[in-house]
Amino acid sequence: MTNTESPRITGRTRDEIAQRLAADLVDGYTVNLGVGIPLAVPQHIPADREVFLQSENGILGLGPAPEPGAEDPDLTNAGKQPTSMIPGGAIVDSATSFAIIRGGHLDVTILGALQVSETGDLANWYVPGRNPAVGGAMDLVAGTPQVWVCMEHVDRQGQSKLVHECAFPLTGRGVVTRVYTDLAVFHVIDGVLTLVECAPGVTPEEVRSRTEADYVEAVPA
Amino acid sequence: MNKYRTDLHEHLDAVWDGASIAVGGFGSSGRPDALLNALSDLGKKELHLYVNNVGDDFTGIGRLVMEGRVRRMTGSFPVLPEFYDEYFAGRVELELIPQGTLAERMRAGGAGIAAFFTPSGAETMLADGTFPASYSHGEPDLMLPAKEERDFDGRAHVLEYGIRADFGLVKAQQADPKGNLRFHLSARNFNPLAAMSGRTTFVEVERLVDTGSLDPDDIHLPGVFVDHVVMTAAPIPADLPRRAASLQKG
Repeated sequence: MTNTESPRITGRTRDEIAQRLAADLVDGYTVNLGVGIPLAVPQHIPADREVFLQSENGILGLGPAPEPGAEDPDLTNAGKQPTSMIPGGAIVDSATSFAIIRGGHLDVTILGALQVSETGDLANWYVPGRNPAVGGAMDLVAGTPQVWVCMEHVDRQGQSKLVHECAFPLTGRGVVTRVYTDLAVFHVIDGVLTLVECAPGVTPEEVRSRTEADYVEAVPA
Repeated sequence: MNKYRTDLHEHLDAVWDGASIAVGGFGSSGRPDALLNALSDLGKKELHLYVNNVGDDFTGIGRLVMEGRVRRMTGSFPVLPEFYDEYFAGRVELELIPQGTLAERMRAGGAGIAAFFTPSGAETMLADGTFPASYSHGEPDLMLPAKEERDFDGRAHVLEYGIRADFGLVKAQQADPKGNLRFHLSARNFNPLAAMSGRTTFVEVERLVDTGSLDPDDIHLPGVFVDHVVMTAAPIPADLPRRAASLQKG
């Protein structure tokens, strides 16, 4: 939907958001991916870095989607789709999987979001009036040291998804550590939302004009 | 002690109406459909299911729900649209909990842990008493109770209770006559936990193997957690009674 008062600012595409986030992953990280933009992250992980992917249903060392005909019905990802494993992977039960997640043994969880607040609150599981389902989202944000959100900067009505306070029900309070959008990259530093980078061709003023949340700027001049 | 059972219905008929049942599976992966369908065939009702998903189909959990046999579902991700129709119509209660909380509640219940504190879900509507467990005439009726909250190391945690279910229903790839189990890849998921949680646990397996053929180091769940083992459609080892072989064709 086009907002006539605010013409579209060209920033990163959804795939480029995933690519920008992937550039920040560190060699040796173990990472959990949510649905949406996060699923595009693995194809952009730089070749010189090994990143281990975890799936909440008990897989460490998730691989790419299998070739047609090579699917194993007993090997599915968190989205219940056929998947594969890389050499060195391991299978655990769901309690151990969430011991890995809740116990802080992942490095990063990468999630989509409905809204992120200026203090790092996350809303991503439930739109009131729709069908409620939570899955492992609350465990992931409660336990993982770094919660990186990748999302569109504004929703389909042109409203900022970075807000003062989340209007949607929370997934976790004060849990988000980074936000990657089509317009910018933010870090949450000591509970303060901080603009650290604008997308190529996007100015700090343009980010400000599309952002409801208060934040501080730490963009190199 | 041989835990092989050739007549599934005879033994599963021990499940009473109103029973609580912990069920393995993640979606259709590792879901004990033969056992679940047998509950439907036996006419069981008023069931309280502890299970992560109502899968997106009408077998197993979905069939029980659509036949009106489920009074309450405790899980994290129902999925099936028709399940929600039943929920909003007030015909089934939903105790929605984080997935890791479900797994740990099953494990704890089976391990003799009455309750534990977890940060998952703290300061959300799944903990503050505002999530509708059931609807009546289109309006929220019964709310999930607010969870007891306590701070540890400056972080909010909520009290969650172990699940000691009347029955556990599980699918495994292999079992021996002692009930020792092996699972296959990500079909393991909630299955060992549902087996621990159930006071009486039924297992459907793809393959029966002889006692002693599973290396003790390679057993994923020891038979002490298992009461009854039945076959789904799969080969049968040589030392099984003939009756078992004929059951598979039925």
